[in-house]
Amino acid sequence: MSCCAPGTEGYPDHPLPSSEELTLSSRAVAPGLRQTDLSVPQVHCGTCIAMIEKALNALPCVERARVNLSTKRVSIVWREKVEDGATDPVELVRAIVDATGYDAHLFSNAEEVGQKLQRDLIRAVALCGFAAANIMLLSVSVWSGADASTRDMFHWISALIAAPALIYGGRFFYQSAWNALRRGRTNMDVPIALAITLSYAVSLWETMHHGEHAWFDATVSLLFFLLIGRTLDYIMRDRARAAISGLARLSPRGATVVSADGSREYRPVDEIRPGDRVAIAAGERVPVDGFVESGASDIDVSIVNGESAPRPVRVGDMIQAGTLSLTGSLVLKATAAAKDSFLSEVISLMEAAEGGRARYRRIADRAAQYYSPAVHLLALAAFLSWGFIGGDWKQAMLIAIAVLIITCPCALGLAVPVVQVVAAGRLFKNGIMVKDGSAMERLAEIDTVLFDKTGTLTLGRPRLLDIERFDRKQLALAAGLAVHSRHPLSQTLALAVSGPVAIFETVTEIPGQGLEAATPAGIYRLGNRRFALSMPDDGSPGNTVTETVLSLDAREIATFRFDDSLRPGALAATASLGASGFETGILSGDRRRVVADLAIRLGLEHWQAELSPKQKAEFCTSLGAGGRKVLMVGDGINDAPALAAAHVSIAPATAADVGRQAADFVFMRDSLEAVPLAIDISRRAGRLIRENFALAIGYNVIAVPIALAGYATPLIAAVAMSTSSIIVVANALRLSRPGSVGEVDVTARNGTTTAHPGEARVA
Amino acid sequence: MNMLIYLIPIALFLGGLGLFAFLWSLKSGQYDDLEGASWRVLQDDPPE
Repeated sequence: MSCCAPGTEGYPDHPLPSSEELTLSSRAVAPGLRQTDLSVPQVHCGTCIAMIEKALNALPCVERARVNLSTKRVSIVWREKVEDGATDPVELVRAIVDATGYDAHLFSNAEEVGQKLQRDLIRAVALCGFAAANIMLLSVSVWSGADASTRDMFHWISALIAAPALIYGGRFFYQSAWNALRRGRTNMDVPIALAITLSYAVSLWETMHHGEHAWFDATVSLLFFLLIGRTLDYIMRDRARAAISGLARLSPRGATVVSADGSREYRPVDEIRPGDRVAIAAGERVPVDGFVESGASDIDVSIVNGESAPRPVRVGDMIQAGTLSLTGSLVLKATAAAKDSFLSEVISLMEAAEGGRARYRRIADRAAQYYSPAVHLLALAAFLSWGFIGGDWKQAMLIAIAVLIITCPCALGLAVPVVQVVAAGRLFKNGIMVKDGSAMERLAEIDTVLFDKTGTLTLGRPRLLDIERFDRKQLALAAGLAVHSRHPLSQTLALAVSGPVAIFETVTEIPGQGLEAATPAGIYRLGNRRFALSMPDDGSPGNTVTETVLSLDAREIATFRFDDSLRPGALAATASLGASGFETGILSGDRRRVVADLAIRLGLEHWQAELSPKQKAEFCTSLGAGGRKVLMVGDGINDAPALAAAHVSIAPATAADVGRQAADFVFMRDSLEAVPLAIDISRRAGRLIRENFALAIGYNVIAVPIALAGYATPLIAAVAMSTSSIIVVANALRLSRPGSVGEVDVTARNGTTTAHPGEARVA
Repeated sequence: MNMLIYLIPIALFLGGLGLFAFLWSLKSGQYDDLEGASWRVLQDDPPE
């Protein structure tokens, strides 16, 4: 299986987490033993498991290591001390990276609560399944004509089995119904809780009085079906959560603080105070806002404000938290604590913007708003009319209960979650994660799609233009220099050149300027024009954006030009959205000229440039206030408030943590065609949900008159209920039929991350 | 009908055994990684 042979996936994009960071996030499991959980998003097959576990178990410090392929995580229990001194946890990460070439990184452990709830639900399903099967067994005997004393015994046994199931399995519905009622609302769980309680109470009463009909089987199988729906809903959310939290963290957990006497100390981000001096090495993210005290570097700000070109910084420049230092080491003087830094400003903007989502009520709840009063009134009416007209109040009570049981939204309880789980499964297969079911409902409603530019419509990665214009020697020289730098232009240049490159003995990088190598032939330089050609420094930032110059002794050899490569599928996605009648537009923080060029390329009429995070969010809010349902697609920290303000939002997996958390959908593959696909599947899911509602209501239209007429025996109720549930589930499964949505060709195009023929250029 | 005295408890006991076995397997983490488990079957040398 060559898919996971070392080196085939290339080297990881992210630097390894530091030893301090790893220790900080590990937890003690026993004296001298610590456990570290790492996320390795690229593991995908049995060979990956074997290779990672073998590499880790070969280390002397590892007690045990296990790969979880479903959650794409590795959990390692390691000894703090081995014979030859203390353990460095970085060894663990390095072992994984060396064995497979995959990224391994830390993730936050916050979602344990959801895990526990999911387990409780599965346990409740198991218990109710057991109870339902046994009670049904006894009920069948009763229906087939058990005589009086045997029937009573069977009823009593059923009552005994049903009681714990009702308490253990029913508590989820009781709690939810109680929460809704306390706030003066009603939801689907109110009629459910009422129906199961009343039917149990009446059945018990009947059993005590040697009655002929008991509804224990209906009560428990109802609970069983509904718990399945509830569990599916949770599993869907949990899977998405696990996959999303497995992605790389883009904000640092800690940083090295340099104290006045020059000693260095690694501190968690929260403990960095304004005035502290923070050392930032090349390749590290800036943890807090601050200004440069010493050093120089190029700063990647794309994730912060959407600007695509790295920005050179020198002593005295301000840097925002979340940016990435590319080429040089810096010492930063913190001007704000982490909680007051730029990132936190964005988070507070996001909280303020969370409007449309909080107001949205799920389809099931909206249906319950009409459904439960209607059902309760119907049962009450049946009770009163049978009581007054027939005069037999016991009979009237039984009929009212039969109405409640028959109408209990069993099929309705399954109608929504089953469809959404199937839809989420479809999306998952295509690399799209859904946070919860309501996201799909909201996505089915949208009429406007807004895109961020950098990192969303474009990849935020430069691309070398006109490579065939250069001869081999020029390219070999440039690539030989470029391999020594982390600057994105250098890395692109190094990757673009295949074959042998020139070898330089000593290469020095001058941050913010370029690379320099002294050779017998002279001094080679690769960098911005002013640096490479030794032009006088006039203080202006120069044109570092799109070109880099190779020179020998200040004579130009070649000029390489770059542009930002378009995300694969961007053209197809925007075209298909436009064709489906959506309004599309760009909201960007980048310069006007760049945005306008891209808008023309993609044929988008509406665009706005040089927006602040706040303006983006306000734009979304104002559209929303005008009655538009906006889908925001974005990735940066600056997009996060807009993602929260929009009706529904999608982020690529490469987005900043805060953006991913704000988004309802996250797509894992490069292609932007995930966006129309998600909309399409959500719409189809919405249609199926409405069909399911129609089916469930149609079933009620037939069954309720039977109950009202007093002909509904427990046998009829059991048959009717199961049939309607099965029909609803079968209808939902129609969504899993492939082919109808055109995802096949999306997957095929996703197979390659390189540009496909339709790709356009962005100047 | 006297045999019901034995048969019903036996039926319930067997069902309960199945339920207990499921809950035990859930607790011991056998459902944590279903995807991984299907690959591990194929491994030649299980890591000890």
